[in-house]
Amino acid sequence: MAQETLSGWVRKLQAREISSRELTQLYLDRIERLDPQLNSFITVTAEQALAQADAADARLAKGEKTPLLGVPVAQKDIFCTEGVRTSCGSHMLDPFVSPYNATVVERMNAAGAVMLGKTNMDEFAMGSSNETSFYGPVRNPWDTERVPGGSSGGSAAAVGARLVPGATGTDTGGSIRQPAAFCGITGLKPTYGRVSRYGMIAFASSLDQGGPMAATAEDCGRMLNAMAGFDERDSTSVERPEEDFTAGLEQDLKGLRIGLPTEFFGEAGLDERVRGVIDAAIEVLKGRGAEVREVSLPNSHLSVPAYYVVAPAECSSNLARFDGVRYGYRCENPEDLMDLYTRSRGEGFGDEVKRRIMVGTYVLSAGYYDAYYLKAQKVRRIIADDFRRAFEDVDVLLAPTTPELPFALGAKADPVSMYLSDIYTIAANLAGLPAMSLPAGEIDGLPVGLQLIGNYFDEARLLGVAHQYQQETDWHARVPAAFA
Amino acid sequence: MSVDTSEVRRIAHLSRLAMNDDQARDFAGGLSDIFDFVEQLDGAAIEGVEPMAHPLDAEQRLRPDAVTEPDRREVFQAIAPAVEGGLYLVPRVIE
Repeated sequence: MAQETLSGWVRKLQAREISSRELTQLYLDRIERLDPQLNSFITVTAEQALAQADAADARLAKGEKTPLLGVPVAQKDIFCTEGVRTSCGSHMLDPFVSPYNATVVERMNAAGAVMLGKTNMDEFAMGSSNETSFYGPVRNPWDTERVPGGSSGGSAAAVGARLVPGATGTDTGGSIRQPAAFCGITGLKPTYGRVSRYGMIAFASSLDQGGPMAATAEDCGRMLNAMAGFDERDSTSVERPEEDFTAGLEQDLKGLRIGLPTEFFGEAGLDERVRGVIDAAIEVLKGRGAEVREVSLPNSHLSVPAYYVVAPAECSSNLARFDGVRYGYRCENPEDLMDLYTRSRGEGFGDEVKRRIMVGTYVLSAGYYDAYYLKAQKVRRIIADDFRRAFEDVDVLLAPTTPELPFALGAKADPVSMYLSDIYTIAANLAGLPAMSLPAGEIDGLPVGLQLIGNYFDEARLLGVAHQYQQETDWHARVPAAFA
Repeated sequence: MSVDTSEVRRIAHLSRLAMNDDQARDFAGGLSDIFDFVEQLDGAAIEGVEPMAHPLDAEQRLRPDAVTEPDRREVFQAIAPAVEGGLYLVPRVIE
């Protein structure tokens, strides 16, 4: 039963083959039975979910057809949910019950979605393995000794194990795509500004972007239809007409120009077996009429270093709001105001968050701004310009999502080696481009992700290419044996 | 660039993070590695390049100066660690 996709459930609900209450109960039972192996949920909102399901059933009975009516979903615990703890994976926000909903949550509620709960994540979305969560690591459903990726690792593991048909994620440097690749699911980071950041707890505001995670490209398009749209409460939300992101699904690939960035294939560190999977996927797309050529993104090797200036700088500013005064964690018996601030923050934040706040504080401190932040912003421009030139000759770019297979828990103890696991995903964030990961193969029982990067606002085309690939292959339909 | 324990403590203070010497020592190695790593930017060809603050180079949107949010003070204060008489409580600042 749980093998069905989100889109499949929408059709069955509309056809009244199953009620939203039955479906919601089915997934709540799976979470209760199977999630102890994964730790993918921080909070399960069973009672509220069943009430939402009953409301959806009443609307279905009246013949309503909103895009997600009656379908169970999960929200990454970075999205504020009114009356429900919104922890962001941090001790700092463990006591925080949000007084309002994020725009994404409001929009998905309006579309009829049923929220099963809040998914685990790296603390404040800072991590690539889900090991920095205050609530403990999430485990990969394909091998529970391995990480699910991060930071949206709870959402990825939950969808991969079919504990929920779709979940939200956020992607600042790869946090939707890398865990999607590691857990064998499809995930899309939209163009910067597509999905409102209102009520999405900020990490690096010029990079953060919410997006869908589900089994298929069709599911992601359907979810994005509900999630995306102009929001005057987000100052960087783009004002564009509403768009149907499923419109390009049936578009054939004849004449589609796919670019292979040589820098994403040549560098040391790419697992040869991953490369083999990507090469096979390219052949599938060629077989459906796509044309493939090499392109160059000559400055892409500077992406990770530029990111580790820009993102920490923005994080140090954004996380200054957590001061132990207005909400969240406060230390016991503060001696004075400075002690209140420093101990609340020192005790409330985990090590990786502290590390990034300190890097950001340093690069923004007097005398260092030009040497670090300004320089990184200039590098950001030349990285974006590389993409601009590439898209003069091709329609989409194709690359591995990650250089290697899901790694073991604890395998990457030093920060820089962890940062390099996002080597292929970060450039799209710096440029603000839409990009997605989809399952393209398996090695030793572990999934491999294929990355597609599109031009600005070209999500419908990306999803179309992915959907056409998923018509020819069944990697997206595979579920780890222990969760089938 | 290598940062020592006293430099870590200085940055921690600027960041308003309580940190003792042992913790500062633990952070020094990782922070040094990160600063070494980002030094790769020194080789970038960025002469005359405009810094990029926003991926779409968008201008800040303006809105009419009108009240749009309702007063939710009680709701917001209900989640604060300590409030009294509608005010947020902190340790005494003025003797």
